[in-house]
Amino acid sequence: MTFNLNLTINGTAQQIALDDPRVTLLDVLRERVGLTGTKKGCDRGQCGACTVLIDGQRMNACLALALSYDGAEITTIEGLAKGETLHPVQAAFVAHDGFQCGYCTPGQIMSAVGLIAEGEAGLDPERVREGMSGNLCRCAAYAGITEAVLEATREMSAQEGTSA
Amino acid sequence: MADMMTAGGHVRLGSNAGQGLTRRDGVLKVTGGAGYAADCRPEGLLHAVTASAGIARGRVTHLDVAAAEAHPGVVKVYTHANALPLALSPDNKIHPFVWRMDALQSDEVRYAGQPIALVVAHSLEAATEGARLLAPQYDAQPARVTLDDAEPYETDTTAFGRPSGHSSGDIEAARAAADSHLTTTVETPSQYHNPLEPHAITAQWHGDQLEIDTPNQAIGLAKQTIAAFLGIDPSQILLRSPFLGGGFGAKAIVFGAQFLTILAARDLGQPVKMVLRRDQMYGPVGHRAPTRQTLQLDLDAEGHILALEHDTITTTSTFDQFLESASNASHSVYATSALRTEHHARRADIGTPGPMRAPGEASGSAALEIAMDVAAEARGMDPLAFRRLNYAKIDPSTGLAFSSKALEECYAKAAEAFGWEGRPLAPRQMREGRLLKGWGMGTAQFPCPMFQAAAHATLRADGSAVIETSAADMGQGAWTALAQIAADGLGIDVDKVEFRSGRSDLPDAGVAGGSGHTATAGNALFNAGADAVRQMVDLATNDPASPLFGAGNLGVTARGGRLHRNDDDRSESYEDILARAGLELLRGEGKASREGTPERAMFSHGGVFAEVLVDPDLGQIRVSRLIGAFAAGRIINPRLARSQLLGGMIWGIGFALHEEALHDARTGRFVNNDFAGYHVPVNADVPMIEAMTVHEDDPFVNALGIKGVGEIGVTGTVGAIANAVWHATGIRPARFPIHPESLI
Ligand code: FES
Ligand code: FES
Repeated sequence: MTFNLNLTINGTAQQIALDDPRVTLLDVLRERVGLTGTKKGCDRGQCGACTVLIDGQRMNACLALALSYDGAEITTIEGLAKGETLHPVQAAFVAHDGFQCGYCTPGQIMSAVGLIAEGEAGLDPERVREGMSGNLCRCAAYAGITEAVLEATREMSAQEGTSA
Repeated sequence: MADMMTAGGHVRLGSNAGQGLTRRDGVLKVTGGAGYAADCRPEGLLHAVTASAGIARGRVTHLDVAAAEAHPGVVKVYTHANALPLALSPDNKIHPFVWRMDALQSDEVRYAGQPIALVVAHSLEAATEGARLLAPQYDAQPARVTLDDAEPYETDTTAFGRPSGHSSGDIEAARAAADSHLTTTVETPSQYHNPLEPHAITAQWHGDQLEIDTPNQAIGLAKQTIAAFLGIDPSQILLRSPFLGGGFGAKAIVFGAQFLTILAARDLGQPVKMVLRRDQMYGPVGHRAPTRQTLQLDLDAEGHILALEHDTITTTSTFDQFLESASNASHSVYATSALRTEHHARRADIGTPGPMRAPGEASGSAALEIAMDVAAEARGMDPLAFRRLNYAKIDPSTGLAFSSKALEECYAKAAEAFGWEGRPLAPRQMREGRLLKGWGMGTAQFPCPMFQAAAHATLRADGSAVIETSAADMGQGAWTALAQIAADGLGIDVDKVEFRSGRSDLPDAGVAGGSGHTATAGNALFNAGADAVRQMVDLATNDPASPLFGAGNLGVTARGGRLHRNDDDRSESYEDILARAGLELLRGEGKASREGTPERAMFSHGGVFAEVLVDPDLGQIRVSRLIGAFAAGRIINPRLARSQLLGGMIWGIGFALHEEALHDARTGRFVNNDFAGYHVPVNADVPMIEAMTVHEDDPFVNALGIKGVGEIGVTGTVGAIANAVWHATGIRPARFPIHPESLI
């Protein structure tokens, strides 16, 4: 039996024919759509490596059964940059060395984008650390991650200021 | 020495090396473009999932292969009954760094988590369900998984083939002369590397050529190992490992399930991908074994250490040996007239341990720094003053002078930044609100090994270059730091360097381990660049058409893609020199290793200072500040070095407060083999942390003066946190991780 799954991934509407109802959103992205930027670190919702935005909310894609998100809008790490221009969060991660091995990085960045949009942490480092603590980094690039999120928050509010 | 520093005389380290460049692979990593092994999706890919033993000792008596094979999508199930043979038994020990493996060679179970079957299917979901349907049955034997249950045996070696004991000076005489004798016992638990990227492999055969994508820290050795066990020539293997999602030692080894995948791919004639689940990384891919350490410090009336004894009991598997060489951490840190260290081995029903970030040093330093604090307390001395009193001017275990040792500068810099002065001697003197506040410190030390590496550096007609060596970047920044060194060797800007690395068809870069990769591969690349430049200098200085003609071989310096005369300001570009010589390419070759017996003791050093806040009612511990200063020779890229040092220090937080793998004593199974149960530090655990470096020139470690920064951060830090906990609470931690309940 084939299941039809409609997803808008990084702005492009896609119809995905799933031959198996057990597939997680993470495995749909990685193994079926070929967007392997999103990573699997635990497959149990414990590490955050698989973080994507589902309808603007940061979620662990490994805990999302794909078929239950029919019609959803998904943003992955591949959908953040505009051509050659990095998203401010991506640029800040590079500038502050907010990663080492890079494996948690797509999840960290998507989580940071979600966190900034939530507007709960603002420029308070303690709240940023708390808000980013669902994303493990075994290389422990935490100091750089926090600096990067703070800088991107500032940068994005400045951009908003100029565009408004 | 001056000659060595400018290897070849024409080039100098410093135009590119020493700059805090951002990572060259940074954009790939922040856009999802960096390809890891599990990201591979070759045409016709099959998915493999291993089934893992649910007991720690015994036999597999039944696997429901029929149920698994009947599951839609399942292609084939491999068990010990139909295992594909290897050319060598996986129980062979072909090299000290090759671990005995489990590749379905029998029905015996030697540890929990051992692979007992491989299920191959058209989808990951089908393979996963197929593995579950195997529903293994066992004839189980009582499991021995703790230090106390494990069986003692005799061995005269510890990790890396080093002797299991050391003795220098007359310990009994020193003890008799001592004024006080202080014994400290510390236990450390089993820890698991848990790189965020699970071990993965994608294997595909093209005729008799094998192509594998798998993260590996020692690409050359892995290729040789895989070839030996498959009985094929190494030239038939292409191993790609451009990015490792963390390694920490766990990816230095080749393990059985990789072979099962390779064999299945050959058997089925299709590419196969196998990725361990997080829980499956507990067992077959190494861990840091638990230790029980006893230290005795014998002091004279002023507090000098007269005798130091460090004894470690640790476990290995029943079928191979890797011993956490914790006692060796006491060899070279503090002055003592007599030194004795021992390791005692026990066998348990566990997977074979392996090197995990600062293997031996991390556990040993943790215990040593507690013992030092106990001694300082007994002498009524400030912990830093006590360490200064016992500062090792020579390595007490060998009598050798240090190649360089800016430890005092590290102490001074970190203590100042921390604000150590005025720390009350007695515990429980400081508070922050209702929380108890304590300060502690520790000395960090890590050796500076060199391995063997080879490299090529090829200048191209357009003035750019390609450099080649099979380095492994597991996050330390090899793609960036090594390119910086190579660019200096070539006398060009790093932006003109194309770096080919992370694959087995390049010159061997040795192992990314022991914090020696930048030193080893870096020197090889630098030498390769210098070799290319040397050849170009010959061309130019012998060519009457060149402005460099007659400058003499030593009269020329390479810089910014040009050769410059030293006697006047004439110069010529590489492009022009190569064009006139009619050369498209000019290739240099380089090697690096450390020859002979070292005449100096070679270590990186550091001082780490910690502040903790402890809830007096709940025992909850927070590291509120952590500051370290490190002297690690020449720093190639300060930005990346800081990240490495901070990462190591945060590993120290994990060691001190979080990490501990627990077995069910009855079955030997793990009870916490996931991130929910095995805790590693999260962002909120790391409020204020800083790592600084202290300048150090070292003409002895290698021609470029490079030490290493990957592991030293763990050492010193664990003890500093434990000592801060004592200072806050008055309770001396005796085991790691320090549990809240031990403080109330
Ligand atoms: S892979 Fe989804 S949280 Fe770890
Ligand atoms: S960068 Fe390696 S896990 Fe975060």
